[in-house]
Parts: sequence; structure tokens; C-alpha cells
Amino acid sequence: MDPDNGVTTLDRAENGGTTSLRSSLGQRWATAFLLAPPLLWFLVLYVSSLVVMLITSLWSVNSFTQTIDHHVTGSNFQQIAMGTYPSIIGRTVLLAALVTVIDAVVAFPFAYLMARIATQRAQRFLLAAILLPLWASYLAKIFAWVSILEKGGALDWSFRHLGLPSPNLGFTNGAVLITFCYIWLPYMIVPLFGALERIPSSLLDASSDLGAGSWWTLRHVILPLALPGLVAGSIFTFSLTLGDYVTPLLVGGSNSTLIGNAIYDNLITGGNLPLAAALSAVPIVIMVVYLLIAKRLGAFNAL
Amino acid sequence: MFRTTHRHGPRRAAIALVALSTMSLGMTLVGSDAGASGSLTPPTQGMKPQTSIGKGEGQLKLIAWEGYAQPQWVKPFESATGCQVSTKYAGSSGEMVSLMANGGGGQYDLVSASGDADLRLIYGGDVKPVNMKLIPSWKELRPFLQSPDFNTINGVHYGVSLQFGPNDLLYSTKTFKTAPTSWAVIYSKKYAGKITIPDNPIQIADAALYLETDKPSLGITDPYELTQTQFTAAVNLLKAQKPLIKKYWDLASQEINLFATGTTVVGAAWPYQTSQLKADHIAVDDTIPSQGATGWADSWLLAANAPDPNCAYDWMKWITTPQVQAEQAVSYGETPDNSLACPLMNRISAGSCVALHANEPDAYFNSIKFWKTPLSTCDNGKNDCIPYSEWTNAWTQITG
Repeated sequence: MDPDNGVTTLDRAENGGTTSLRSSLGQRWATAFLLAPPLLWFLVLYVSSLVVMLITSLWSVNSFTQTIDHHVTGSNFQQIAMGTYPSIIGRTVLLAALVTVIDAVVAFPFAYLMARIATQRAQRFLLAAILLPLWASYLAKIFAWVSILEKGGALDWSFRHLGLPSPNLGFTNGAVLITFCYIWLPYMIVPLFGALERIPSSLLDASSDLGAGSWWTLRHVILPLALPGLVAGSIFTFSLTLGDYVTPLLVGGSNSTLIGNAIYDNLITGGNLPLAAALSAVPIVIMVVYLLIAKRLGAFNAL
Repeated sequence: MFRTTHRHGPRRAAIALVALSTMSLGMTLVGSDAGASGSLTPPTQGMKPQTSIGKGEGQLKLIAWEGYAQPQWVKPFESATGCQVSTKYAGSSGEMVSLMANGGGGQYDLVSASGDADLRLIYGGDVKPVNMKLIPSWKELRPFLQSPDFNTINGVHYGVSLQFGPNDLLYSTKTFKTAPTSWAVIYSKKYAGKITIPDNPIQIADAALYLETDKPSLGITDPYELTQTQFTAAVNLLKAQKPLIKKYWDLASQEINLFATGTTVVGAAWPYQTSQLKADHIAVDDTIPSQGATGWADSWLLAANAPDPNCAYDWMKWITTPQVQAEQAVSYGETPDNSLACPLMNRISAGSCVALHANEPDAYFNSIKFWKTPLSTCDNGKNDCIPYSEWTNAWTQITG
């Protein structure tokens, strides 16, 4: 069996699959052999667990013994549509959107500097500086923000010494927003950097040769070309915020319950797996809609 | 001194993090069909407990709160009995119940359940009767903890009481020159933004306990047995309290931090927080207000299908002895059930007996209403009480 042929067949199959008809039986076996492990992984571990979760969301739980009642019911989704759940969902989506916008605004000039202005050495240094915090424990970073934002913390201290009133950010939704923006920022910068770096200099030169000012070039040349990177980054910041429950737990206040916390409460405290599963379906639906929009904006063209 | 950082559950984010991330596909698929609820007779009530302790099986599998199986008393147990202990730590009462319901079919021997989980395990058929004659130190336990209604039904024991503690009122002595005498302070606008209470549905009972004397017309007699009207009143009190809350704490360490930085000045807590804060010279103290307090009381319950029953009995014998009771109380920062533990505690850590209320008169213990699972069946024989699942739903509605 010739592995090279197998790969070729794969490539052709991917590019429309029309030319692979001539492949021999052996090549087909090679294709199947190569595709099997990732497909198996995808179907068994990934898709099936999602399907199980969605099926679970249609069950209910015996409120007393916490055993699962396997009769199909829509009661979990009814429950989500009522009471505080809509406001929890709304708060989560709003927060995720804010984090995404703020990270995009902060990341753009930084990524631009890295991609187009910095020397190669500086670029490498900046990239390492961006990626370095990702190696630190996520919990340690959150606790660092707790100590920065809490009463008497670093922020409070600085404000006091500058003669300013205390910002009083500890254990508020503002603290949650700041922490999220910090933690997910690298996930915005890196794809944006990739997109900006790929813009050919000739296009920018052409733009200015034709008399466009830098603002015009930015708006009509750079931004449209960077959009796929921006959208790709926003998928990270948006979905990561949507699913997180540790940050609000640790830095949030009494009004910081997000979807993740509601899932956690129902699962761990309440022992209500079906309701937790139904709640988990909410971010999935939101992300599917988000990804469809992202696809229309061309976020995946560059992949 | 008292080393552990945090207690039950919803409160234990870091541990729960691991729990959540390792939650397996298997757990999703398995739905045990154990026991019907609502019936007044525990399904295992008829099972005859063993009458003697045979040779140990060589192993013992526990579900426990973190800190409940420390090498300090596990190692000597292992060498004395030959039972090798393996422990699965649970993050919350709910997790304990689901571990027992889904894995109780022979995987575990004992669970260190709290009062809010006990009845769910007993009526769920997950635990079985225990013969107290085989546990000598049982007679040394404080009388009210020998057959408490959270682990003993119709005179049948499903486990042995372990340790307990009150959910008391923690306050800053800078703000309060004298100890507050009423829980009203945590519902008062005067301390808006400087109040913290635990993030736990059972907190509804604390509100009910307050209403018991504040609104006698509601006729609350037991904070865990609430009719719809009483329940709604407690929930409304907590909803009105929400804008005053700085944070619903999940970890004891969070509350310690909130008081250490002066972010909050009053809140519901455990003696553990007080002792930690005082050790750091923070100006705080705790008290049990005139209305009394809720409290937790843990028991080791015997799994219905325990694979190692002899080792399980050996463990219950061991864990209730005065010395081990004293060790656990000091290590964890809670009150031992064994009445002989006090002098031994002072030997481990001077002053710990008084600090952890191990020598208080009965009046102190009577002022604590211990956690028990809210059921739909009330003592009045009617079926109109609000069950625990409604409590968790209501809690989400309050804090959401």
C-alpha cells in the first residue's frame, strides 16, 4: 500500500471528490484507514457526548432521590424560559458581547503594531509576551485580579495615592468584565495578528499612491482584510465568556450569576442533571447562530 | 491549628472545577432506578444489620468531605485493622447523593453525609441499617446526637453521627461594639453592601428561622418544614436582602478575605472563619443570636451494598473514639460529637475545646437547628411542605 497515494486521494476527495473515482480498492482502504481514527474520535467522543447531553435535557429528575426519570418531557426548557433564567442568559450574552468588543478595540492597535510596524525581533518578543500568560494557571490569574480589585487592593491603593475616590470594583460585574477582558485578550490578538500580517504591503502602497489618506486606507483596505481575523478572535472571546463560571464565582458579586453558574448550581448543588443539560444547550444554540453569522462574514475563508 | 480551607460545597469552587471537568460520559448515561420517594418507610428499613464484626475485607472505600480522611487518623486505622482506605472526595451534598445513587451499587462503603443529604440517601434506599451495639463509642456521643432525626428513622439507625458546627453570625467588632443579638442585622439596609451569606439553598432555612420569631403569624415551627406561604415569605425576605448582599460566598476562604479586607462587616459563617480571622488579628467575633442558628451535622452512613461491611464497622468504631474525634475536630475546626473529646482537643491545640464549643452546655446545642433535607411530608402529617428541589430552584431565582 502506497501511503502517498492515499494522501493524494484524500486531497482530491477534499477538493470535490470527483477525480477519486479511478482510485483502486487499495487506495480506498488507505483512505478509510487514515480517516478512521479522527472520525472515530469526532463521532464517539465529541458528537455522541453532545447528543447524550441533548437527550438528557429531555429527561427529568426525581426531586427527592435525585435519580433520573427517563420519560421525555419539555419541562426543563419551560423552566429555562421562566423566572430568572432569561435574565441570567441575557446578562451572559451582554457580558460576552462587551468582552468581545473591548478586546477587539484593545487588540487591534496592538496586533497592528506587531504585524506591520515592529521589527522582526520586537515582533517575536511581543508574541512571546502575549502568549506567556497563557502558560500561567487560569485560576492564579483570576485570584490575581481578585487581589488587584478588592478593597485595599492594588487598584484601590493607587487611586488613593493619586487622591482619587476609590473605584470600589471588588466583587462587582465590572470586576468580572475586566477579568474576562484580560484573560481572553491573547485569543483576540493572535488571530488578528495573523490576518494583519497576511495583508500584502503592495495593497497599502497602492492605496496611498492613489491618494488615500491613512484613515481611508485603514477603513477601506485594512479593516475589510482583517475582518476574518477579527471574527475568528471574537469567536474565542465570545464563546469562552459564554461558558465560563469560575471568574464570576471568584471575582463577581451578588449579581454575577452567568449561564455557567446556573449549570454548575443545578448539576453540583441541585443534582439536577437534566436541567443542567437543558441549560447547556443554550450557549450551544447561541454559538451556532454566532458561527453562522461569522461564516457569512468570511471568518473561515482564511482557515 | 485548623488547616483546611473550606467546607461544603457549592462553596468549593476549585475542587468542583475538577469534579466538573472530569464528569464522565458514563455518569450522564447512568440513571439508577433506586428507590421510590415520598413513601414514609425507607426501602432498606427491613434489612437486618450484622450482629458481629467479622474479619476485615482488607479495604474500605469512602465518599467524604475533603479533610475528613486525613492521614493523621487514617494511617493508624489502616495499621490497626488492615483495611486500606481509599477516599473519593465530594464537592457538595448533591454530589454525594448522586455518587451514592449512581455508584452506590457496591462501589462505596460509607459516606460522610450532612444533614441536608441524609434523608435523601435513606429514603432513596442508598444506605442501610446499622447495628449500634457494634460501635462502643456511640454511647459516649452527646445524647441528642445518638439517634437524631436526620440519621435515625423509626428507631432504625442508618449510620453514626460524626461532627457538627453552627452557621453563626460573624461580625466586625469595629462596626459592632457589642455582639448583635438578632439576625435582623443581615437583613438591615444599614449594612447595605457590607453583608455576605453562603451561596447555598439551605440558607432559606436561615431566613425561615429568623421569620419564626420576627413574623410569628406565619406559624413557622421548623425551618426545614415550610408550607407554601411560609416558604414564599422566606424567599421574599431573601429577595429583599439581595441588593444588600456584597457577595454570596462559595468558599470559606472567600468570606475570610471579605472580612480581612473590611469589604463586609457582617454575615453568616462557621466558627472556622472566626478562628482563622482571629488568628490573623482581624477584629471580628461570632455569636449565636437570640433566634438561634442553623447548623450542619455530619454522619457516616453505611451504603446499602457496601462491599466491605466489616471494615466499614471498624471505621465507624474508630472514628467515634474520643481521640480521633478530637483530632478531626481540631484539624477541621468543627465540634466533636463525642462528649469525652474536649480534654484531648486541648492536648492537641491549647484552647481549641472552648474555641470550637466542645464543652458548651445543652442550651447551646438546643439553639442549633441542624440541617435536614426538606421533604414534602411534614410532621403535621400533611403533604404540603416544600421539598428540597423547590429550594434549589428558589435559590437560583433569588441569586440569579
